[in-house]
Amino acid sequence: MANLAVVGQSVYRKDANSKVTGRALHVGNIEMPGMLHVAVLRSPYPHARITRIEKSKAQALNGVAAVLTGADVAKMPGVDPYYGPAFRDQPILAVDKVCYVGDPVVAVAAKDQRTAEDALQLVEVDYEPLPAVFDVLEAVKAESPLVHEKHRPAKAFADLAHVKAGQQSNICYHFKLRTGDVDKAFAEADRIFEDTFSSPPAQHMPMEPHVTLVYLDEQERINVWTASQSPSYVRTELSNTFSIPMHHIRVRVPYIGGGYGAKLYAKLEPLVTALALITKRPVRYALNREEEFLTITKHKVITKIKTAIKNGSITARKCEVFWDTGAYAEIGPRIGHKSGYTSAGPYRIPNVWIDSYCVYTNHVPAGAFRGFGVPQVVWAYDSQTDMIARAIGGDPVEFRLKPALNEGEPFATGTVVRSFGVKEAIRQAAEAIDWSKPRAVQAGTKLRGKGIAAGVKAVLTPSISGAIVIMNADGTANVLSSTVEMGQGSETTMGQIVAEELGIAFDRVHIVQPDTDVTPYDTITAGSRSTYHMGNAVRMAAVKIKAELLEVVAAKLEVDPDDLVAGDGRIFVRGMAHRGMTISEIFLAKFGSLGTTLAAEAVCQPTAGHMDPETGQSEKCTEYWFPSATAAEVEVDTETGQVKVVQLFSVGDTGTAINPRHCEQQLLGAAIMHLGLTLFEEMIFSEGQLVNGSLLDYQVASIKDMPESCRPVVVEVPHETGPFGAKGAGETGALTVAPAIANAIHDATGVRIRALPITPEKVLRALAEKKGEVLPKDKFE
Amino acid sequence: MKRGITLKINGREETITVEDADTLLEVLRDRFKLWSVRESCGVGACGTCTVLLDGRPVSSCFLLAVRVTGRHITTLEGLSDGHSLHCIQEAFVNQRALQCAYCTPGFVLSVKALLDEIPNPSDEEIREYLSGNLCRCAGYADILRAARLAQQQLSIARK
Repeated sequence: MANLAVVGQSVYRKDANSKVTGRALHVGNIEMPGMLHVAVLRSPYPHARITRIEKSKAQALNGVAAVLTGADVAKMPGVDPYYGPAFRDQPILAVDKVCYVGDPVVAVAAKDQRTAEDALQLVEVDYEPLPAVFDVLEAVKAESPLVHEKHRPAKAFADLAHVKAGQQSNICYHFKLRTGDVDKAFAEADRIFEDTFSSPPAQHMPMEPHVTLVYLDEQERINVWTASQSPSYVRTELSNTFSIPMHHIRVRVPYIGGGYGAKLYAKLEPLVTALALITKRPVRYALNREEEFLTITKHKVITKIKTAIKNGSITARKCEVFWDTGAYAEIGPRIGHKSGYTSAGPYRIPNVWIDSYCVYTNHVPAGAFRGFGVPQVVWAYDSQTDMIARAIGGDPVEFRLKPALNEGEPFATGTVVRSFGVKEAIRQAAEAIDWSKPRAVQAGTKLRGKGIAAGVKAVLTPSISGAIVIMNADGTANVLSSTVEMGQGSETTMGQIVAEELGIAFDRVHIVQPDTDVTPYDTITAGSRSTYHMGNAVRMAAVKIKAELLEVVAAKLEVDPDDLVAGDGRIFVRGMAHRGMTISEIFLAKFGSLGTTLAAEAVCQPTAGHMDPETGQSEKCTEYWFPSATAAEVEVDTETGQVKVVQLFSVGDTGTAINPRHCEQQLLGAAIMHLGLTLFEEMIFSEGQLVNGSLLDYQVASIKDMPESCRPVVVEVPHETGPFGAKGAGETGALTVAPAIANAIHDATGVRIRALPITPEKVLRALAEKKGEVLPKDKFE
Repeated sequence: MKRGITLKINGREETITVEDADTLLEVLRDRFKLWSVRESCGVGACGTCTVLLDGRPVSSCFLLAVRVTGRHITTLEGLSDGHSLHCIQEAFVNQRALQCAYCTPGFVLSVKALLDEIPNPSDEEIREYLSGNLCRCAGYADILRAARLAQQQLSIARK
């Protein structure tokens, strides 16, 4: 791209200084006079009817302002006690029954945290246990206990408009894709591969747990400060839940300490709002880590995948994907849909059959997790693709490259792919790890192997991002955007785009943090969508302002606006830098007063084509794609089963990189996060009770887990309608880590692990099995 | 039970009355509004709430305030003079060793303690020393480089 001043440069983060000094504003640092603190009593049962709640002793405790139950919430005027982004199924506090261990039942607001916790000890609740269901494959059966009798669609998002009301089933959403003739292809196949893969529930573990502060201002408006990835949605949800008009709700989001999907949609906001409305005092609820474990998880997924091979090529693939969405659907249906349609892979397969089921169980609710479900389906299809390649004697890289989709070919949904650098990603991954170099002879108890995996995610479509750019008379600009800065560097990206378009210095752009009083609607900060959607919105708004500036200069200098360009804080005649005006001069010429402003709004709103509900076929199922590949080298200790990742290369097609270093950070950070998810992260449940719900028992990747050699590789296949050709990068590095590592383990040892995480126990067991031995069963298996 | 204690926080002596159950984290945040000190795991396992106790890194969420009476406590607020960055902070910015940055205060203080204790650490020693601090954005490669750069800058300054 020619002559770009700041786009494409790895400028430093806008927020670097405030963050490195610890001064960056977080919700936990905001205090209000008379502010109350919250403690919540949670269900000890996975499924039970509430028969009695006795709260009078708690209410009488000195310092307690309110003790709230689900029945109390239901009595609030105009309230809908249930909320949720796909179905309104989650009660603010349990009404009549509880649906998982950890379900909030009673909330106390008190003068300090300790008083609130003391008051909980004084609350008595009686339960009558109900039959519960924990296994997703059991939950889909007709005779299984029902988690919810009825499913009430929320109708909050355009992409979920097709979600239907349901009843008498734990399946709350079923996506179908049918193309070609799968039965015929299996009948004619040379070989058929059939496998089941599983991926466990896991924690997002943002270092900052959820925290929300709500107060009523002097006009009795609801003011919310919250660590959320979706301020616009929070406002909508509160408006619907409490029947309060939108202009009476103000949601602000300062810096948040990580999200990874955990902080999407509504979490603490409905409960804290109810407490603020009842007490008429500011209320802040900060989850502790144990509660965080009981709030939202990554979906547990079971994938049954069956593949037909004819003449060395994949001719058919049938996938059955079961998403354990827990007690409340949360965003499970969106995940079951968007990830569901990618579950045959980025490959040319003439016959595809997919059933993707989103299923209620009596587990902690599952929601979006970096990758939006795609890592779980890639785990299945690109483990199996590797197994097939090795079984039929093909090279795993060549075997993938052959059917990997080319630009302009149709995906399994029928949608023609554009800006689809999957082949390039595979090639770059292979090159990074010296794939073609002959392997050293393996001997002893430490075996090395290399693995590769590829996959693709499609961006959520349709979705909406609005932005306003305000240019100030001194040539600086303020950008009003609801994109949340959660570490990904969005302030920097948006700043670069606006600076580029207006021809001003990067440090002359200020990004206003999300505030629904002033920043326009944005669907979510998630799904690798902000650079494209919000990037386009801020760019288009800047273009409108520039057009106004050009008009003034064109009239003043008597030139054609088309001959004018912006740069160095001026507008001047192309090729004649001396013939122009500074921005201050333009503003003075236009307004005749000091300190004036020019504002423009723009909305980026890509649309999707209709998707046939029976076949999943669509002319356009997504606005753009993120191809990903990972290459890993492992060392497996055959005596302990320990797997050490010695090399890791994370390759992603991000479109044009607005800030290359930030794209690299996203790719590598996502990859190392998923290294932990691959090797050791798992929430372990026993009869619905979480066994390892603390950071003492649940480990995430530390600096010691970082491979000795690891590197991100940014593949830039420009997107024709992306801002300067950009797409996104937040999830790409997450998609293909697990199968790359499993494939490397197979390369090293010949054993295949089908259930994540790949613990030493599983590896030892598989090694023993290969030798014909059987090890004793583990308690939680 | 309430009792009076004296803490030397960022070079200033402070005498306060605390409950026996108050953690150092609660005292630093609730009484002194030192917002760089942040709770994350609550069980001393993630390093987010790291402060320096007589120069040594400790998890302030897992330490009772009454246990540290008379001791010197350094938080990130006390690391620089408030006008310019400490060279470890500069190294973090330079190497882009922060994303959501909720963990950053803990990491910066751990690097400070590391370089005070081992002026010329190997990569292995850096990894070992920082393994008690978690970064969920997983910017560990950048953090390792920042620690290395800070070490170089400090060793130049010592010469």
